[in-house]
Amino acid sequence: MTQWSGYLGLILQGALVTIELTLMGSVLALVMAFLAGMGRVSRFFIVRALATIYIEFFRGTSIFVQLFWAYFVLPFAGLSLTPLQAGVLALGLNVGAYAAEVVRGAILSVGREQYEACTALNLGRWQGMRHVILPQALLVMLPTFGNNAIELLKATSVVSLISLADLTFQAQVVRSQTGSTLMPFVSVLVIYFGLALIISWGIRSLERRMARGLDGVRA
Amino acid sequence: MPAPIIKVDAISKSFGTFKVLDGLSMQVMPGEKLALIGPSGSGKTTILRILMTLEKIDGGHIQVDGEQLYHMERNGQLLPADERHLAKMRQKIGMVFQLFNLFPHKCVMDNVTLAPMLTKGVSRAAAEKRALELLDMVGLADKAKAMPAQLSGGQKQRVAIARALALSPKIMLFDEVTSALDPELVEEVLNVMRKLAAETDMTMLLVTHEMGFAHDFADRVLFFDRGRIVEEGKPDEIFRHPKQERTQSFLKKIIAAGHRV
Repeated sequence: MTQWSGYLGLILQGALVTIELTLMGSVLALVMAFLAGMGRVSRFFIVRALATIYIEFFRGTSIFVQLFWAYFVLPFAGLSLTPLQAGVLALGLNVGAYAAEVVRGAILSVGREQYEACTALNLGRWQGMRHVILPQALLVMLPTFGNNAIELLKATSVVSLISLADLTFQAQVVRSQTGSTLMPFVSVLVIYFGLALIISWGIRSLERRMARGLDGVRA
Repeated sequence: MPAPIIKVDAISKSFGTFKVLDGLSMQVMPGEKLALIGPSGSGKTTILRILMTLEKIDGGHIQVDGEQLYHMERNGQLLPADERHLAKMRQKIGMVFQLFNLFPHKCVMDNVTLAPMLTKGVSRAAAEKRALELLDMVGLADKAKAMPAQLSGGQKQRVAIARALALSPKIMLFDEVTSALDPELVEEVLNVMRKLAAETDMTMLLVTHEMGFAHDFADRVLFFDRGRIVEEGKPDEIFRHPKQERTQSFLKKIIAAGHRV
């Protein structure tokens, strides 16, 4: 029994790495999503072009390949990353590309009359974006951001391929050391699922908080 | 005689192949209350939107308060206005929309204080003090903390008026501000406008289908049809003794539809 708890300890250590990757990857993804998503609706052609290239490139190539590039190829360009850094970079850039389209779609979903009110009140482009358009667009983005975050969580397992000891990696370790398949794989299944549930709940309560007052019922 | 505050000179505007404004010229004197009437598609809303810089013009010139709206004078030459010039010109003009266009995620107070704080650098305390005065003027001081979704259409429109006034424009544009309201809520908005006209010397342009209100409120009425001003004059002349056949038939239809003149 003590042996099992030791193995469970290994898996929990892996879970911590997975959580760490998910959090840091999500932060990077969020930053990239806003940069590229707002870049896509920019007035300037060059900004739009750069944002489009980023999005299409990272959506159009596999996350495995991106991770291998970050970890194995970048050192040739003089940039050596730790497995964790490479993982965060690949995950953040990859999921950020998907989320950028969410940001763009949400910005465009805010009605033209809101933009016109901004003009009539003489708000600058950025002022209107910051105080009027984005706060309303954010509410539209949230549910899909939840999807993106869960996708990111599940994609973290690819880092086991560059020997980062995440949840999936540790499950393999436990399996090879104990010969038991069921215990490690059931554990990681439950843990991934639990983490995904936490993300769902988090996003939903955020949605509720932000929607407060908008429907005229809650104030 | 003072100079006109708005001088529109031969402007044209098309949406695709549809010519909305066709060489339109008009002048508005400071403090004047002007009613723009006419069938839909006649260009009366478009001219307001052009004055608010929500639409670009295809040709012609507009002067507001002594300065070109869509052009800048540089070394004696007229150049197309840049964003900075437009921002400067917009300070002179406020607009109230048919569908209110309030910011749904901000409470009434924040709707009113946002623009003065951002565009004029007014402190929050000063902006809120002024907002309370304006909300009091439109009869909604007790709704400062309410969200727009909690208000009736008439209340929303009164907030929108207060919000536009908070920037102290010289010219106010009212674009069919009662058209989206339930009939019993129209009067509360019109009352605010009457009060505004009585208490300030603001120049006011309104596009409206409320002929009775236009008659009582306006110093001058412009009848639009197909992108041109067909007839203009004092309310009594236009409503009681229209000269042009187009004006006569339009007013006849409006009266048949149950509008009081």
